Amino acid sequence: MIITKAKPFPEILQSLQREETVFLVGCSECATVCKTGGEEEVKAMRERLEQEGKVVSGWVILDPGCNLLEARKEFRKHKEEVTHADSLLVMSCGGGVQIAQEASGKVVHPANNTLFLGTVKRFGQFRQYCSMCGECILDLTGGICPMTRCAKGLLNGPCGGANDGKCEVNPDNDCAWIKIYDRLKEIGRLDEFIASPVQLHDYSVNTKPTTLLLERNGPGMEDK
Amino acid sequence: MTALQQALSTGKFAVTAEVAPPKGVDTTEMMQNAKYLQGKVHAINITDQQSSVMRLGSLASCRLLKEAGFEPVFQLTTRDRNRIALQSDLLSAFTLGIENVLCLTGDHVILGDHPQAKPVFDLDSVSLLMAAKKLQEGLDLAGEKLEGAPTFHLGAVVTPGYEPMELQILKMERKVRGGAQFFQTQAVYDPEEFRTFMEGARELHVPVMLGVVLLKSAGMARFMNKNIAGVNVPAWIIKAMQETDDKVATSIKITARIIRETREMCQGVHLMTMGWERHVPAILQEAGINI
Repeated sequence: MIITKAKPFPEILQSLQREETVFLVGCSECATVCKTGGEEEVKAMRERLEQEGKVVSGWVILDPGCNLLEARKEFRKHKEEVTHADSLLVMSCGGGVQIAQEASGKVVHPANNTLFLGTVKRFGQFRQYCSMCGECILDLTGGICPMTRCAKGLLNGPCGGANDGKCEVNPDNDCAWIKIYDRLKEIGRLDEFIASPVQLHDYSVNTKPTTLLLERNGPGMEDK
Repeated sequence: MTALQQALSTGKFAVTAEVAPPKGVDTTEMMQNAKYLQGKVHAINITDQQSSVMRLGSLASCRLLKEAGFEPVFQLTTRDRNRIALQSDLLSAFTLGIENVLCLTGDHVILGDHPQAKPVFDLDSVSLLMAAKKLQEGLDLAGEKLEGAPTFHLGAVVTPGYEPMELQILKMERKVRGGAQFFQTQAVYDPEEFRTFMEGARELHVPVMLGVVLLKSAGMARFMNKNIAGVNVPAWIIKAMQETDDKVATSIKITARIIRETREMCQGVHLMTMGWERHVPAILQEAGINI
């Protein structure tokens, strides 16, 4: 899921300084789990903005916030409130903010900063395991991603900087390569890594902005 | 063939030391530090934005040293440049008469003085070595042909005190496969730890130069033990630095002793001087090393 963090309220207020009436947009998926754009946070935002003298014309929780058709449909349902608003304050990821803009044609403001593609360890604890590089090498690295979980994204083994198995860049993190090494030994696949050619990431496979079109016939998942 | 390559390939005990470019354009001190090493070392390493602190470039500094009659080792990290810039700098180095290249990944930018900078790491030390090796074969990483191929003497680094050691040797082996022709190590203070490492590295048949950082105080030793991975300064050294009235003399004695005790295990020594280049001649004399 996409991990977001709420912007400081003064920054949000600053972005709304030239406007009076705001329509709030939340998201039922990632932003709800991150507690940055679920119903609870949207309602709290409405209250805080009203305390600051803003008019909140209405609010909606898109299901999910990153779906253009869903956004269009919901904005039609709330047409009057959306039209009446000077702008939309969007409490989702950056994708959702842009979808809200495309679907409404209104001025939009992000309420969150979008951080990473996260896994959920337990409620409220997110970790970055995948950086969506477009060229998955997890088969070679024992199911642990060095591209993401090594601070330098080293693909050919560790740097010399691990201290007691912890990363020198952030000692809260385990050294990904020590984890990979332990795992490959455990499953008897260290030799395969040793024999593998020098690893070099191909950034051209994922040139921004990327689009993907599933094919109507056939599996649609594989490159032709 | 470079003087360093000549020394390593003929079985001479090779000596290198490190000089850091200034933060700014006043190169007086850098050149003075190099002069202390004249006739004492085979080559001088020039660091590349060491510890991710922005400084005068390694390539320009190497050329200045070369013009002054020294043999430089161009340290090149993958932290700040993508593969296009790295390969281009390798070609530039050769055309400027610089052939010793030490290929490193480099520290993370977050540890330096521009923590907001974009960390590049398009290549790592292994793929950088591979790129340099391919350039020598007349091809770039994209497989395109070069008009005139460079020649290099390629080095890499290794941390003997790393745990687990097998993993560090595994990375070292990948560097050799990538193209590394010699290694300079992270600082070593414990000859026995180094012996164990060299036994592990023996199968790779590649020259290893023991790295030593000149200790300036007991506090510095304790700081390194705490903060620098793979560096283990033994208690007796810390005690000696603590109790001495003459830190310079004691540091020289300790460094010379480490060199003497490890000399038979490796092919050379790399002195990381941290501004104490002027004491290198005394260390080498005390260690009985003459190039």
